[in-house]
Amino acid sequence: MHNFDFVKPSSIADAVKALSAEGAQALSGGQTLTPTLKQRLAAPSVLVSLTGIAEMQGVCMGADGLSVGAATTHATVAKEAAAHYPALAALAGGIGDPAVRNRGTIGGSIANNDPAACYPAGVLGSGATVVTNRRKIAADDYFQGMFTTALEEGEIVTGVTFPIPEKAAYVKFNQPASRFALTAVFVAKFKDGVRVAVTGASNDGVFRWSEAEKALSGNFSAAAVEGLTVSPDGLIGDLHGTPAYRANLVKVLTKRAVAAAH
Amino acid sequence: MTKVTMTVNGKAVSAEVEGRTLLSTFLREGLGLTGTHVGCDTSQCGACVVHVDGKAVKSCTTFAADVAGAQVKTIEGMNNPDGSLSVVQQAFQDHHGLQCGFCTPGMVMSSAALLAENPKPTEAEIRHYLEGNICRCTGYHNIVKAVLAASGQDAAALAAE
Repeated sequence: MHNFDFVKPSSIADAVKALSAEGAQALSGGQTLTPTLKQRLAAPSVLVSLTGIAEMQGVCMGADGLSVGAATTHATVAKEAAAHYPALAALAGGIGDPAVRNRGTIGGSIANNDPAACYPAGVLGSGATVVTNRRKIAADDYFQGMFTTALEEGEIVTGVTFPIPEKAAYVKFNQPASRFALTAVFVAKFKDGVRVAVTGASNDGVFRWSEAEKALSGNFSAAAVEGLTVSPDGLIGDLHGTPAYRANLVKVLTKRAVAAAH
Repeated sequence: MTKVTMTVNGKAVSAEVEGRTLLSTFLREGLGLTGTHVGCDTSQCGACVVHVDGKAVKSCTTFAADVAGAQVKTIEGMNNPDGSLSVVQQAFQDHHGLQCGFCTPGMVMSSAALLAENPKPTEAEIRHYLEGNICRCTGYHNIVKAVLAASGQDAAALAAE
């Protein structure tokens, strides 16, 4: 790992200021960035830790839904969101392993937007709002492809606000070595329709399966997606699964998620 | 270089570290606490697990400067104040929860964190919780037995495999 200066500001304002330095890089829980730095795939001159900012911590229920501070760890969301949004809490509780969940954060996960990460599915599948130091971004506009988001230079995720669906579930087919999603599906049933978000499957990262959303909005049952097919075009193919295998998983996991939704 | 102060195994420690200094490096090379093992250095294996403010974390994937001010506990701090083995350590010894022993510090730290959260875990919960700790000797069975015993449950009931 190349060396860098390490700073740990205690406010969003100070973090944004620190990030304006040449070669500065934000660090949240570091469960992806640290291995990346070790491999010298990134070489920032300054690492700005976001874990000491009190206003970016915690889970809080409000009029707009459940607000989660960007620096809140997966373990905290798993525990504290359980009463308000069990499907989201279960998603957070299934990321990585316990030690990873004690460091990794929601903001770090969605800022990185790994194509096989869990949180992008939860955020997109819930139609959540990503809050940054500058603006609020609808999940539909936020995720823009593999490792690509709407975030601009100097912009950091400060929190995510989730509307609470009537029913929801996240079903992940684990890649057992990494515990990332080989493919995973988040299904959320709202009063005005159903959202289905898929992670781990597409070369473009997380996406909504709109045909299933339409079918499920009329009939929220596993049978409603039975007649649908997913095209393997553009899906990830690697030694763990072909595009066709993943296409099949999208459908199977969607059915399981619908059946599990509560 | 940044000056970092933290409490390790109840003692205040302070040192100048580089920005890139990992907590595992700080503990092993800075403080000589080599009980914390670095196995994979890619956050897969869990040999480097220590407790930071009571929570299990992978010290090879945590920067020392990021946990300044924290209470850190390593395997060297797991014994009882009188020097005898803690319940978890004793159970690992009694049930031979190790083969080569390399993963043991991380296994003990993770197991202790599990029992702090869930004092009576089932076998399935133990196996699930220890997913991030890899025993390359594949000696999991006795490790699970040890954790069951440490939680006061009947380890003998665990079927031989």
